[in-house]
Amino acid sequence: MTDTRAATMDRSPATDPAEPVAELVEATKRYGAVTALDRVSLRAMPGEVLAVLGPNGAGKTTAVSLMLGLARPTSGRARLFGADPRSAGSRMRIGTMLQVSGVPATLTVREHLTAFATYYPAPLGVDGAIAIAGLEGVANRLYGKLSGGQQQRLHFALAIVGDPDALFLDEPTTGLDAASRRAFWNHVREYLGGRRSVILTTHYLEEADALADKVVVLDQGKVVAYGTPTEVKARAAGRKVRAVTRLSTAEASALAGVRSVERSGAVTTMLSTDSDATVRALLAADPRMSGLEVTGAGLEEAFLSLTSGTGGDDGEGNAAAGPRGRGGGRDSYAATGRTEP
Amino acid sequence: MTTSTPAGVTNAASDAVQAPRRNLPRLYLTEARFEFLKLLRLPGYSVSVLAFPVMFYALFGALFGGYAVQGISTAKYMVVGYSAAGVLAASLFGFGVGVASERGQGWLRLKRVSPMPPLAYFFAKVVMALLFSTLVVLVLTLLGAVLQGVRFEAGTWLRMYGALMLGVLPFASLGLAFGYLFGPNSAPMVLNLIYTPAAFASGLWIPLTVMPPLLQKIAEFLPTYHFAQFALSQAGAEPVGSGLTHVLVLAITTVVCLGLAVWAYFRDEGKTYG
Repeated sequence: MTDTRAATMDRSPATDPAEPVAELVEATKRYGAVTALDRVSLRAMPGEVLAVLGPNGAGKTTAVSLMLGLARPTSGRARLFGADPRSAGSRMRIGTMLQVSGVPATLTVREHLTAFATYYPAPLGVDGAIAIAGLEGVANRLYGKLSGGQQQRLHFALAIVGDPDALFLDEPTTGLDAASRRAFWNHVREYLGGRRSVILTTHYLEEADALADKVVVLDQGKVVAYGTPTEVKARAAGRKVRAVTRLSTAEASALAGVRSVERSGAVTTMLSTDSDATVRALLAADPRMSGLEVTGAGLEEAFLSLTSGTGGDDGEGNAAAGPRGRGGGRDSYAATGRTEP
Repeated sequence: MTTSTPAGVTNAASDAVQAPRRNLPRLYLTEARFEFLKLLRLPGYSVSVLAFPVMFYALFGALFGGYAVQGISTAKYMVVGYSAAGVLAASLFGFGVGVASERGQGWLRLKRVSPMPPLAYFFAKVVMALLFSTLVVLVLTLLGAVLQGVRFEAGTWLRMYGALMLGVLPFASLGLAFGYLFGPNSAPMVLNLIYTPAAFASGLWIPLTVMPPLLQKIAEFLPTYHFAQFALSQAGAEPVGSGLTHVLVLAITTVVCLGLAVWAYFRDEGKTYG
């Protein structure tokens, strides 16, 4: 009965490709007068890596707490594998890496993993988790004697030791330096192999870019963007062109640089990657248009607050560690996108 | 949407038959084993639970072991008394400090979202407290025999041991309540403020008969006093008060403390998660 290796081969049929791994439907969470999440809907599909991106206090951890059943939504609902997140059945299919400040210090890496492996019906095995997380050299070391990076890798190993269908990683690389962070992403990518679902929260755009298939950007408890990392970045770099025009929505979409169009009454709002070209095209198509207004897109503002958040971290890091150039260049990711580790 | 292809159905069916299951006995035993190891390696716990009663016994036993109290030698009285103090410390601190710090560090959150049955967490801690308590009783019995020539009949010793282990229930419950009521920094201090006066005023360290009458009166209101008297009566001392009263007080303490723990648990949930 304890030999359950064979069962792990047969994981895919258990996951219905049409059923979301985790989802929030119109979920609102209030703590007293503070609204941490405001009617947020999001879903992670099987095999998908979903990054929940946002500055500190955006509601990322609250969103994850709801999906994990650690908190109940004030209104709306949270589902895990189509069921109540609190059910044992759902929890046996997930592995979790939370922001913990302490794991009992007087047990070894191997002992911690051995205990967690018994919680799952078909665990990966302790040695497997140790190998994937890169903990071979320190398997018999007490947790209290591990370095920060090694502790973080144990937290990851605890999440995967049960061989779960879905992983929750809540700000997994907070506090790590740039090199450890990249090493961590490599471990995660290697482990995933495109077969498992991940819900990742982070305030690093770079992290979402390195790991995620889909990104949802939260700001002040609301979803401000959703799409692939490329789409989100493109939208983040865009501007809003607003005008009263006689052009139809379809005609407006065809203008140079326009990515999406919204119409509210007489006012048409176009999201553009090249606002200069869009304005010229708009004037050419409708010389009588009026009320022209060009502003930064909401997302850009969201990213400005994002990058100012991480910029603060960087400022401290640079002040302490001198020219740590690689990490310091993170601000440019919002504009230039992916840089290979 | 290909939800009900024949292949899918067979697959689901065979899945249901072959669905691997967890080995629950192994889960519980592993959890208990590591809970014990974890605290054994923590000097702050293992030293105060095991070494202090031993040191006290070696010292006070040598000084005052030759008198008689409640029909037994003070040397024997102290074996029971310091054992009771050891059980009290193992339960109170094992649960109180353990839960408070694991809650404060977020470790309990990670355990809660894991598929670990919540009962396993408490089971492990109860087993740990029983093991440490057993160690204290064994060591003190041995010490009493070697240093003071204290002898127990096998049946008497077993009855005393059973009575002492009964103490794990109320005092672990009390520790649990404090683990949820207090934070990781204040819990050890608060528990010490309870443990030390309670142990002293209940006659665990020094027989009550040498204490002022007022203190003896107060003692009757302390669950720790009834715990000590129950253990002493089982160890062959002249009983003071009825055994039924002692057991009843311990049972009521357990129920009240568990109620308090549940209340504190939900209060804590509310504070953290709205």
